[in-house]
Amino acid sequence: MSLLARALDSDIWHSFRSSKTTILAAAVTAALVVAALLAPWISPQNPWDPGALQLIDAFNPPAWAPEGSWRFVLGTDDQGRDLLSAIFYGLRVSLTVGFLAVLFAMIVGIALGMFAGYAGGATETVIMRLADVQLTFPTILIALMIDGVTRALLPGEAHDRLAVLVLVFSIGVSNWVHYARTVRASTLVEKRKEYVQAARVIGLHPVIIMVRHVLPNVMGPVLVIATVGLAVAILTEATLSFLGVGVPGTQPSLGTLIRIGNNFLFSGEWWIVIFPGIALAMLVLAVNLLGDWLRDALNPKLR
Amino acid sequence: MIAYIVERLFQSLLVLVAVALIAFAVFQYVGDPIASMVGPDTTAADIARMRENLGLDKPVVVQFARFIGNVLSGKFGVSLRTVKPVEELIAERLPATLELSGMAALFALAFAIPLGVLTGLKPNHWASRVFMAVSLVGISLPTFLIGILLILLFGVVLGWLPTFGRGDVVKIGFWTTGLLTVSGWQSIILPAITLGLFQLTLIMRLVRSEMLEVLRTDYIKFARARGLTNRAINFGHALKNTLIPVITITGLQLGSIIAFAIITETVFQWPGMGLLFLQAVQFADIPVMSTYLLLIALLFVGINLVVDLLYYLVDPRLRADRGAMERGV
Repeated sequence: MSLLARALDSDIWHSFRSSKTTILAAAVTAALVVAALLAPWISPQNPWDPGALQLIDAFNPPAWAPEGSWRFVLGTDDQGRDLLSAIFYGLRVSLTVGFLAVLFAMIVGIALGMFAGYAGGATETVIMRLADVQLTFPTILIALMIDGVTRALLPGEAHDRLAVLVLVFSIGVSNWVHYARTVRASTLVEKRKEYVQAARVIGLHPVIIMVRHVLPNVMGPVLVIATVGLAVAILTEATLSFLGVGVPGTQPSLGTLIRIGNNFLFSGEWWIVIFPGIALAMLVLAVNLLGDWLRDALNPKLR
Repeated sequence: MIAYIVERLFQSLLVLVAVALIAFAVFQYVGDPIASMVGPDTTAADIARMRENLGLDKPVVVQFARFIGNVLSGKFGVSLRTVKPVEELIAERLPATLELSGMAALFALAFAIPLGVLTGLKPNHWASRVFMAVSLVGISLPTFLIGILLILLFGVVLGWLPTFGRGDVVKIGFWTTGLLTVSGWQSIILPAITLGLFQLTLIMRLVRSEMLEVLRTDYIKFARARGLTNRAINFGHALKNTLIPVITITGLQLGSIIAFAIITETVFQWPGMGLLFLQAVQFADIPVMSTYLLLIALLFVGINLVVDLLYYLVDPRLRADRGAMERGV
């Protein structure tokens, strides 16, 4: 059987096809990811190029409003930025930061968790106590602290230039614990199994045993955490940007756009908040639904 | 029992020392504290003297001991942004945050438990489905967006409620309260809902799943067989047994409420600690940041400790079985 045929016959594919909500969530996620990827080609305007922005276009309402124009379908913000283009580009920032932060947290978490589980003893105690301590503090607080400290360490201009990396680092560091705990627990189970003992007997290096043999067997739960973690990371990025400590205003993410719109709530320009808000909520909801489904699909108890 | 309490106290202390070390490291080594004090005409001798006055020439252990001593006597340094002692700034802002967090927690509990029971008892009723769907959306909407939407609806469109600040406050000793004036109560409604909504959905879902689980157990079947009324079964037996995890989660969430107050306070310009902390992050005001970190750590560790001990008191099984006390979760 070919790989494709096997994939189409798997349990996961069947459970995916039988849930309409999941199909819809996957479609929405895919559409938003594609919009983010193709942003430079499908956007009517480049919202990151100050030269393309005309102040005279500022505060245009959406096209269907009495004073709206079809040049700016979802209206414009205070600097004449086309909101539709800004949302496409903003999705790009949100997804980039989200994916990279999850990847970073995953690598750190898997490495430390597997190391703790495999090594045991004092190493395990130190790593897992550290994880326990960190887990008592909410993600957003840790991310804010790290952001504040890097701000003190780096000069202002360098901080702005590295904003995305700082975000990835602070969100990633504040999320590694979940991966580490799960991976450690599975590693403890796996390392007592015969295949690991056999690998040890033939004298393989512990690192090779961990990466080549244990890792593939502990990845299932990690994928579930990563999906939910993506939603959390996107939300954290949006929150940090909304609070004004995320990406700089010249390259706005969805959170930054909402922050901008928040300033004009009382003067009646509701669209600057609402449209980026809808995009953000749709993205997070869709990813969350996918995560829920994946958790149920990979949970052997529910089969 | 006593051994357990001592063990937990020791663990809590360890966490606090670890956080204090981090706060100390950040406070002492991130950004040169001297650099922010010197002017263009400060001589090298002056700098050396300032260094000595601040104890920066001493070994790290001595510096740390001094830091702890200062913290224990309530001295947290001077804010770089406002040039006021940090302890004054915090004391000024603390009541606002605690009142907001308390109201948010009350709001969340008051709605979450009845809704959780309803959706647990009648999982297929249309109202339950609506509440579950709404709660899923509630989890996906970020706090700040909920706040903005509430402001837009009740502040801008309907014009019913104030959207920023605490309203009129009354000073009782060192505590300023907004709960004695009409405008204070009006001002706290929207922020408290914003802050409590996430916890509401969380606790509601928890009560629901616990109810569903408990209703399947044997003792509920026996209670039915004995001919007890539905009311006695649902509330006397089922709900009572779901409350243990609910207490734990609610307690732990209390800490998150205070942390998430940062966001709510920003949206509503609520003059609390969170807003202070956020301004500190934006200006890299290290003394305020490290003090806030210490304070939150103390709060979190305290809450965790109380919740653990409560758990132990509420659930008699834990007292019998030593092994179950190591929360294996």
